[in-house]
Amino acid sequence: MGQVKLISRFFEIEGCRLRRVYEENGGYAAARRVITENWTGEKIIETLKKSNLRGLGGAGFPTGMKWGFVPRDQEGPRYLVVNADESEPGTFKDRHVMLHAPHLLIEGIIIAAASIDAEEAFIYIRGEYWEPYRVMLEALEEARQAGYLGENIFGSDRRLEVMIHRGAGAYICGEETALLSSLEGYKGFPKLKPPFPAVKGLFSRPTVINNVETLSYVPIVIDKGPEYFAGLGTERSGGARLFGVSGHVERPGVYELTLGTPMRELIYTHAGGVRNGAKLKAVIPGGTSCPVLRADEIDVPLDFDSLARLGSMLGSGGTIVMDETTDLVEVLLRICRFYSWESCGQCTPCREGTGWMTRIMERVAGGQGNSRDLDDLVDIAQKITGNTICPLGDAAALPVISFITKFRDEFEARVASAAAAAGRPQATERV
Amino acid sequence: MPVAFNDQQMKTVRHLLEHYPRKNAALGDVLHLAQEAFGHLSPEVEEYVAGLMELPVSYVHQVVSFYTLYLRKPVGKYHLMLCDNVSCMICGAGELLEHLRKKLGIEVGGTTADGRFTLWTVECLGACEAAPVIMINDKYYGSLTTRKLDELLDGLE
Repeated sequence: MGQVKLISRFFEIEGCRLRRVYEENGGYAAARRVITENWTGEKIIETLKKSNLRGLGGAGFPTGMKWGFVPRDQEGPRYLVVNADESEPGTFKDRHVMLHAPHLLIEGIIIAAASIDAEEAFIYIRGEYWEPYRVMLEALEEARQAGYLGENIFGSDRRLEVMIHRGAGAYICGEETALLSSLEGYKGFPKLKPPFPAVKGLFSRPTVINNVETLSYVPIVIDKGPEYFAGLGTERSGGARLFGVSGHVERPGVYELTLGTPMRELIYTHAGGVRNGAKLKAVIPGGTSCPVLRADEIDVPLDFDSLARLGSMLGSGGTIVMDETTDLVEVLLRICRFYSWESCGQCTPCREGTGWMTRIMERVAGGQGNSRDLDDLVDIAQKITGNTICPLGDAAALPVISFITKFRDEFEARVASAAAAAGRPQATERV
Repeated sequence: MPVAFNDQQMKTVRHLLEHYPRKNAALGDVLHLAQEAFGHLSPEVEEYVAGLMELPVSYVHQVVSFYTLYLRKPVGKYHLMLCDNVSCMICGAGELLEHLRKKLGIEVGGTTADGRFTLWTVECLGACEAAPVIMINDKYYGSLTTRKLDELLDGLE
């Protein structure tokens, strides 16, 4: 358990953006093996299943199983889509992968595409990521010139074209079905599932959608063997992942840890502990949509199931550390504003609910709140969860419920001081 | 300036249209190209793109207005996009915003009278390890303090 350098070792190699340097360090060996030895889709998928690699975009769905859902007996194209729309607040690992190890991602794409016999792949990258976009463009061109992309890749009879599509600023497009809508030239509206993208995805064709980091672990799984990778993690969460630590720590950055490593080790050993020796107050574990943890909960092992047992989520691994000086009322207000702004507006509970929660939180933070507001917030949040097409509704609701439940005193104090200042009773009846 | 792509841009458009199995899927890319060519996506540009791609203007407008990076109004020479989401907020983005408002004499969304700066606050830029972060046109700058921000702005042409 602890720190490993599977993906992150490439971050430390000078010039690893270049194919030559990447190959000197063992790059493209896995893809070359899979393609030239003509591995069947079943063999690739079986290997991934054994590795226990799970989706690292946030949902944690087992990767091999996802690939296995694609029907392979139908005529016509199948697509691979790479989700590089990294937008969950607190998340920045995929940017590091694309900037420092673009060929690792391309290698993962080659293997994933082979597993479903896809001849075309699309990388959907968020519009703000200009530098990673340019780095990826260059790397794709290099791979094409080397014969790793295009016709007859690695001298085989396989063909693979990879195209890169820039998003235009919409958090919702990180949700896989919204991403597909956007890639098809529409507003980024999520679609109802089923049908699942594996059956009816991009341009209504069978499609696999994977996060950048997930695909970047694929060559490593093939290279080192699925047993090695699975053995690094816990029973149900294979291997390792990149944790992005930000906020009040001495050394914010990306740290690669085996799954199951305690959060305390991430914060105190690797990220250098809380800045200026201050006391820890709260941690958001996997991007702002994940329920907040109190300082006394950070001994939790960082794997999907342990975080779930604690009522939170491992999410994207984006860890936001907040010290004792942090005003959690302001933080929750900021989170509410974010999800309200980014709600696509399709589903009423999310469209209206996120707006209501934001307006109530503005009142609470602005010193106009009452304790009834806190109950109303939790009530609204509970009525959003599970009642929307996509998970944005839940993403907006879970922080509200967790912040108010776990730090009720701080919220109560804010409304009590507001009531005292206004010379009115603390709890007012609903009109 | 008349709203029309030049020959080189038209070549790019034709290439983009072949890029996808359905023509309208190229709309996002064509809009990025149009914004680069014309500065922002005015109603005239929306009409032009719709005509070029044989799509209803209302459809093009729907797409343009859904995304924040498609500019419907002109912006200054330097488009300042300050992240004030959680990681940046707790690392001092609020102070930077106050500083910028005073220094430039504009509110969020505004442009200086000389057309040099437009000030926006934006959602998480995905560079939280360097919070607080600002994006100026197509570049990120991180680990900012008011002094570093001053040096950065004063160093611009």
